[in-house]
Amino acid sequence: MLSIKNLSVSVESKAILSGLSLEVPAGEVHAIMGPNGAGKSTLSYTLAGKPGYEVTGGSATLDGVDLLSLDPSARAAQGVFLSFQYPLEIPGVPAITFLRTAMNAQRKARGETDISAPDFLRLVRAKAAALKMDFDMLKRALNVGFSGGEKKRMEILQMSVLSPRLAILDETDSGLDIDALRIVSEGVNALRASDRSMLVITHYQRLLDYIRPDRVHVLSAGRIVASGGPELALELEAEGYDKYVRAAA
Amino acid sequence: MSATARAIESGDAGLLPSRRDEDWRWSDLRGLIRAVPAPSPEDLAPLAASPFGNLAEAEMAIVNGRGPAGLTLAAGERRVVALRFVAGAGAGSHVARLAIDLGEGADLVLLETYEGGGQDYLADADLTVSLAAGARLERIVLADDSAAGVSVSRADISLAAGARLAQTVLTTGARRQRLETRVSHPGHGADVRLDGVYLLTARRHADITTIVTHEGVDGTTDQLTKGVADDQARGVFQGRIVVSPGADRTEARMGHHALILSDRAEIDGKPELEIYADDVSCAHGNTVGALDDEALFYARQRGIPETEARAMLMAAFLGEVIDRIAHEGAREIAQAWVASRLEARV
Repeated sequence: MLSIKNLSVSVESKAILSGLSLEVPAGEVHAIMGPNGAGKSTLSYTLAGKPGYEVTGGSATLDGVDLLSLDPSARAAQGVFLSFQYPLEIPGVPAITFLRTAMNAQRKARGETDISAPDFLRLVRAKAAALKMDFDMLKRALNVGFSGGEKKRMEILQMSVLSPRLAILDETDSGLDIDALRIVSEGVNALRASDRSMLVITHYQRLLDYIRPDRVHVLSAGRIVASGGPELALELEAEGYDKYVRAAA
Repeated sequence: MSATARAIESGDAGLLPSRRDEDWRWSDLRGLIRAVPAPSPEDLAPLAASPFGNLAEAEMAIVNGRGPAGLTLAAGERRVVALRFVAGAGAGSHVARLAIDLGEGADLVLLETYEGGGQDYLADADLTVSLAAGARLERIVLADDSAAGVSVSRADISLAAGARLAQTVLTTGARRQRLETRVSHPGHGADVRLDGVYLLTARRHADITTIVTHEGVDGTTDQLTKGVADDQARGVFQGRIVVSPGADRTEARMGHHALILSDRAEIDGKPELEIYADDVSCAHGNTVGALDDEALFYARQRGIPETEARAMLMAAFLGEVIDRIAHEGAREIAQAWVASRLEARV
């Protein structure tokens, strides 16, 4: 499970997260909601280890392992997967090559042998079919010329192939039309598992109609200011973030 | 004859090209070399296998400037030949000269290597190449000079109507290195592709210079050079396309794109188009940038360690050039050559 205690993070010497605490038990899906500028993306980047996000206090562990001391690739091997709000384009690297390189790098870091080429292809074909993705898309350079929806689907495909312990979905709904949203959400729901924690970061309640969270947390001014069941998301949808922004101020 | 060859043969370092020569200002030799090293001795020791392995059906080796002086393909003849310029035992200074003649419709795949070992030398290679009507030459150059070596290679290539030249030069540089190609382009359906890749670390220097002169109507030239410079390395690209009066309907494109990986590395790019004809379509692009940090983080987030992720992104960047090599076996060797050097540097 993911355990964050009193986490404080600065970006370019500006405090963004200040004393954030959060626990996501294995098997649960938690949503983080909050107004723009609350620190939602900072939380996901910090957990993934993006350079430039300076931890000034607190801790974050996954299954008891201190994430913050690890290199980003070591965190991935430990089971951290971040679905990017804006997935990057990697010219010249076919998606299938990228994914296989990533998978084998993680396996190597865990002391496992490489997956065989036929086993890998079988796995990816099955996962791509489940996401209604054309396998030929995987032969193209990763995300280059993909639509917003295709990029997000590619993120979910990577997540399903890499099978992480902790999946962080950063604004996965942004840029998706309603059909793409449904397909991506179905893909995410299929990945719910008793040994996996998920953190769904979103500004809007809309995504949570499709991915039902076990818990909802409100992030404002760098801290969790309220937590509750799924009904909290509906309340935010109806009433907005105002009262939490004021409470945090 | 090149100035470097004249300097070596006369033993007069004062004849070496210097920064005062506009075309040599980023690759000064005279300021670097006070005295021409002693002439290289004969070296008859057997050579290691060619970097191109057994792709070639024939091999020509020029060691310390000594070896065959020519290669001729009869009309319609097709060959794959390895051409090796080697700085052998005791190398000091030497000049190699070679003439290559392709008869009408002949087809040559030239697998050319510069092999420097670990030595300190001043080497010059002068190639004179002529392609008769409809002949084809694909020239793939792997330049593996020594970090202490100084190496100049110049190829003067003239084409007849309908001939086709495709060239890819790949280099890791040297103490100072110039790989120059001059093409006399007759138009009339002749087609030229001139590509390059440089991959430089430490204090290495590489200069890829090309001059293509379009002299007749309906000629095409396509150039793409990409490079990476790290540490205190210096990459130079000078590309000049001249469209002579009357060379109408010339189509020419030239691109040079480089990644600079260290504050102390340097890239000098000078694409030039000189157009004296009408109705031509010419374009050039020249960019120098850093490796994309966001893409790097994305790859690391997926579990790829930083060094591997960097190598992957650089290989992809350079791969666009290598993918243009038509000869499949040579393309694979070029890919592996670049990959092994990217892995070695990280």
